[in-house]
Parts: sequence; structure tokens; C-alpha cells
Amino acid sequence: MLQEFIDSLIADGLFGGLPRDVAYLIGMLAAGALVVFGFVLNVAGITTFVERRVWARIQSRVGPNRVGPQGVLQWLADGLKLLMKEEAIPFAADARLFKLAPFIVTIGFITAFVAMPFSSALIVADLNLGILYITSMTSLVVVGIMVAGWASNNKWSLIGGIRAAAQIVSYEIPAALSIFTVILITGTLSMQSIIQQQSWLPWDWFIFHNPFTFIGFFVTFVALLAEGNRTPFDLPEAESELVAGFVTEYSGARYLFFFLVEWGNLYVISAILVTLFLGGWQVPMIPVITDSAFGLNLLQALTFVGKSYFGVILIMWIRATLPRIRVDQLMTTCWKYLLPISFANFMGTALWVLIWPDGFLPAELLMTALGFGLVGYFFYRVAYHLRRSGAQITLSPLS
Amino acid sequence: MSIAGFEVEVDRGGGLETEEMTLNMGPQHPSTHGVLRFVVKADGEVMRRAIPDVGYLHRSIEKISEKVGWHGFMPYTDRVDYVAAMFCNQGWGMVTEKLADIEVPKRGEYCRVIAAELNRISSHLLSIGTMILDIGAITPFFHAFREREKINDLLEELCGARLTYNYMRIGGVAWDLPPGYEESVLAFLSQLEPMLDEFNTLVSDNTLFRGRCAKVATISAEQAISYNLVGPNLRASGVRYDVRRDEPYSVYPELEFDVPIGLGMAGEVGDSFDRYWVRFVEIKESMKILRQCFRQIPAGPVVAKVPRKLKPQEGDAQIRIESARGDMSWYAVSDGSEFPYRCKVRTGSFAAMSIIEELSPGLMLADLVTVIASLDIVAPEVDR
Repeated sequence: MLQEFIDSLIADGLFGGLPRDVAYLIGMLAAGALVVFGFVLNVAGITTFVERRVWARIQSRVGPNRVGPQGVLQWLADGLKLLMKEEAIPFAADARLFKLAPFIVTIGFITAFVAMPFSSALIVADLNLGILYITSMTSLVVVGIMVAGWASNNKWSLIGGIRAAAQIVSYEIPAALSIFTVILITGTLSMQSIIQQQSWLPWDWFIFHNPFTFIGFFVTFVALLAEGNRTPFDLPEAESELVAGFVTEYSGARYLFFFLVEWGNLYVISAILVTLFLGGWQVPMIPVITDSAFGLNLLQALTFVGKSYFGVILIMWIRATLPRIRVDQLMTTCWKYLLPISFANFMGTALWVLIWPDGFLPAELLMTALGFGLVGYFFYRVAYHLRRSGAQITLSPLS
Repeated sequence: MSIAGFEVEVDRGGGLETEEMTLNMGPQHPSTHGVLRFVVKADGEVMRRAIPDVGYLHRSIEKISEKVGWHGFMPYTDRVDYVAAMFCNQGWGMVTEKLADIEVPKRGEYCRVIAAELNRISSHLLSIGTMILDIGAITPFFHAFREREKINDLLEELCGARLTYNYMRIGGVAWDLPPGYEESVLAFLSQLEPMLDEFNTLVSDNTLFRGRCAKVATISAEQAISYNLVGPNLRASGVRYDVRRDEPYSVYPELEFDVPIGLGMAGEVGDSFDRYWVRFVEIKESMKILRQCFRQIPAGPVVAKVPRKLKPQEGDAQIRIESARGDMSWYAVSDGSEFPYRCKVRTGSFAAMSIIEELSPGLMLADLVTVIASLDIVAPEVDR
């Protein structure tokens, strides 16, 4: 898509007499910059605002509501404030590594967006390695965190860094195994092809493909939560134990980068799950809207971002509810439970695909019913507890 | 070595030279509420030893009493334990009354108990709220503080202050209950009950919370007695001892309440979860006491006639009350003048602080935070 677009620009004579490769390079860089500045930075910023408001609702507070209408510009104010702050580098720190670490983390996070699909056309590069590329790039974050922990020359930071390394490396395995269950079905790693093999109907989503992918979805969710250092797995920056973990010594813009990654990662986690299990950008064909390529892509992008934000808010909800687990419990969860489960899922899906290469519709419908039944039961329990406690709640996002 | 029930082999490095890491936890650390300091010797995540270092909040409160006189010392007692200031008020009042032979009017005693039990609820709400915050969940903390805010409002209505009350006087209390106070307290209690149930479903039944607290830093009954633990910490270890019941003072003999003890609901008797649970049940017991108080409170004066220049006869006196953090002992010596000759307070947090060093070997770093929170250590009460 992007290539065709650049070809058309060359045909229009926009690049003058430049060689074709240079024109491609400029076009790619421009598209990358557009994604980074137009989406990535904003999504991380807006997510911080949404998180604060969602938390405030859960915790019977109001949350930020002063900067801009309903406080929607709070994240800009916070970002600007941090950019203008003085950066303190500890005297005993390894200054070069200390300065470098936030960029390693940020690179690991932003480059993941290269293969992130937003619609059938909106993707910087539909790599044939797709999902593998994204998981590898997000793993780069752990290097930055370890460098930050080591270079700060602070024992709390060091413990945070080591915890992050142990945690992320361990949870890579169940996450990757569960992702492979989907790869077994699709036979491709490309993000776009994975989505194209699903449809907008829930029983065509891979989460409901068979019982193993259904469990695999939750395993992936837990493992990605742990990789993104989110509660209940936020041990690397456990503020009540390690002060602030690996970011203890950081201030100003470099601190901002760490936070950008943390909140941006929420979106990455959700987007991976939506792509693999929840049908990605697939939308039904609605005559008037989807006739034009623009309308189709807009609807697809809205669907994808909407689904992803559903996951983001779910993660926020979890963070607001659950306490943190301990290091030994963290490792037990991974090696004793998630790993065997994900291996079983992998084998089960392999058998399933061997028996029914094109999927088995009754099972898919059954899993869909089960999934929606679980969601319904969840809301029933929420309503039950609300009635029982007699709490007065306001569901309006405003006020 | 055992970590929370697991037997763990500690690898000494396999020929590699390893050494213990000394961590300085505090005085500025997010989970050492106030200014506590621990010097932690750690082998990775496992603690070898955590040595408490006290003295960062020493304000010479006992010495101040010798300069400000019997009446004038009352506002200073608020600062002994600012989370549960009513008990310190009451302690100082009672020890002076014992020295000077002052009889507190019945209504005054009931006002004291009402104020103190409200304060006990607020102190326990703070304790369990910050405990769950230290374990990593944020929302229950806000829920606990929302209810505590309402108690602060009630106490503000009673005495005009929200934290350091200075409500009690030698010989009674400063003001009678404001009009309509009974209704507002009972309304608060009836809405607190479903909120506690909600808190219970959110926190006490939470698997992750139980996993973090169960079998962590178990204190046996013998250990608790030998370290002189008091109050909820002692009761969590299975010792049914409460000053209000066993050495009754004020109007407690006229009131009915249970003394909850640790039952080992999550693991062992005396673990961190039991200490949490005893406080949780005590909130309900305090609510029971408050309801009875409002039924039984007689009419009459709230404060006895006490000379402005109070000169108790020579001698000394010692009293004990059940503060939110347990058996709080006040001792005062009078030389027959307007100023106390000596005053001494014995508080629960100091004893709780001393047991941490024995509990620490083999715990994880994260458990130290749980232990501090579950023992309900309030920094100013340690040093005074």
C-alpha cells in the first residue's frame, strides 16, 4: 500500500530526479514520523489521562479536570512540565549509560509500531515476520530497563532492573508459545494476513477457534501483562517496596520517556491481543461507508483502536483492583502454571488443526457462546455486588 | 531456609564470590510511613536481617510535660500517636485524675468512650488501608480513607479538629456532644456496615492478598508475649487479652463486646493476615460499643470541677488503656507542684518495632513491607 502510494508520488514528480531507493527511504521515514508523532506519542499521553480518570471513577474521586475541558489536556501539561524540568544525574552514576537507557527503552517500544496494523491499508510495513518482529522489539525494552537499573548506581534501581530481567525473560516463553498457537492456525507471521483470516463475526475470531486458543488468549493476556510490568506484575517499579524501581534516579525528560513507554505499552499489549485473537480491524461491509477506500479504512481503524482501547481499559481496571504478587509467586505462576498450560495449548491446537484444517464451526459457535456467557456472568456478578452494597455510583464519564 | 512456606536452597555462588547487600530502607521510603529506618542485609531478594533504627521522630514529648504543667500538656499528647490521638488524651487525663483523685462524671466517661471508639475505627481503617496499599492495590486504600474522612468529619463536629483533637480535659471532656450527634453517628455506622462488606469481598477474599499475607512473619503466642506485643498484634497470635475487658477502666465494664483473636484463616495463627483480620473484626466490635454507648449515655455534666492551678499530691500513678495500637501505659510522678515531675508513655509500636529483627531472616524484601504494615507501626508513637 505504502509502496504504491510512494510510486504514485514519484510519478507525480514530487521527488524530482532522485533515485528510486532514496525516494522510498524518504517516504518510509515520513510515514514513520507520522505514525510516531501523529499516533504513538499521543496515544501514550491520552492513555495516561484516561487511566487517571478511570482510576478516579473506581476510587470515588474526580481525577484531573482542570486543564482543558474535562481535563483532557492534562497529559500535555504534564509532558511539558517534565520536559522543562532540570535533569539530575547522580554523581556516582555511569552517566553515559544512564543517559542512553531511556532511548533503548523508547526504541524498543516505538519500533514495534512499524508492523502494527491499523486498517487494511494503514500499516507502515507489513513485514512477513510481523508478530515475531513485534515481540522481539518489545523485548528490547528489558535491555533498557536493565541498563537503567545498573547505571543509576542505586540499589533499589538495581533490584528493579534485575527483577525486570527475570520477569520479562520468563514470561516471554508462555507469551511466545501462546502466540504460536495462532500461528499454527494461520500459517503466517504477517500481521495483516493473520487479520485477513478472521472476519468481523465473533466466531471467526481466533479466540473462539477452539478451546485451546480460548485458554491461550488468557495465557497471552497474563504473560503480556507481566512483560509490560503492569499490576499485578509491576514488581520492577513496585513503589511500596523499591521506591520507584529502575526509574528511582530519573527526572525530567528521561523520566518522561520511561512513562511514555509504560503507558504506550498498554496499547501495544492490547493491539497484539486484538490482532491475534479478536479479529483485528475486520468490519462488516456497510454499503455507503465502505464503498470508498477512505471510508473503509477509517471504519477499520476506528474498530481496531476501539477494540484495543477496550483492552487498555480492562488493564487499567485490573491495576486498580488487584494487589501486587511477590517475586517467588511471580516465578511460580510462570513456570509451574502458565508454561505447562501454554505447552498443552500448543499441542492441542496442533492436533485440532490436523483434524479440522479449516476450523470446526460447531465448536466455534460453542466457544463464542461460552465467551459471551462468561462476560454476561461477570456483569451479573458486578450488578449483584452493587445491589448488595447499596453503593451509589455514577457511571457518567463527565462530572 | 524457608520463604513463606517454601523450602529454598540458597546457592552460595558455586565457587563464585558473593556477598550480602546492605540496603538502607528509609528514613525516606514510601512504605515506612513517617520516618522509620531499617538497615537490611539482603541476599538478592531474600533478607538475612533487617535492623530497625529508631529515633528519627523523637520530639521529647515526655520532657515537655515537665515545662507546661498538668493542664497544658493535653494538646501535646495528641502528638504522641497522631493517628489515634483520643487515646493519648484519655491516658493523660486518667493518669492525672488518678494522681489528683478526681472523679469524672458518668456522661463525661461516655463521651470519652464514644470519641475513643470512633477514633479506633478510623485508626484501624487507616491501618488496613495502608496495609493493602503497601501490598500494591490502590483502590481499597481510597475506600478505607473515604470512610475515615467521614469519621474525621464527625470528630470535627465534636471537637473542631480532624487529627489532633485535644478534646479531653482532666476531669472529663471539653464539650458535650453537639445536638443531633447521635443521629449522625448512627447514620454513619449503618452505612459503614455494607461498605465493610464490600471491602471484605474486595480485599479479604482476594487470593493475591491472601497469598501475600498468609504464613508471612508468623508470630507465635510465646514470641508475642516475650516481645511484649500488645493490642491487635498480640490478639492475632491467639492470646485473648484486652485491657478494656481484663483490667476494665472508664465505663467499659458496662458495655458488651467480644475480643477477637487470630484464627489462622489464611494459614497459620499469628501470620500477617490474622493481624489484618483482627483489626477488621475490631472495627465491627467498636461499632457495637458505639451503639450501646448512645443507648446508655446518661444526662449530666461532662467535666468535673478541677482547679485551674492543679496541684496533685506528691506521689506517682500509672494507668493502662487499650489504644488502637494496644496496651498504652501512662506513668506520671508529681512532686506536689503545678508541673509534672516526670511522665512516661509506653506504646505498642515500639514493642512491635523490636520484633521485626527476629522475624526478618528468610523473608523476601517485599515481605518486610507487609510486616511493617501488618504490625501497624506508627512512626511518632515509636519515638515520642
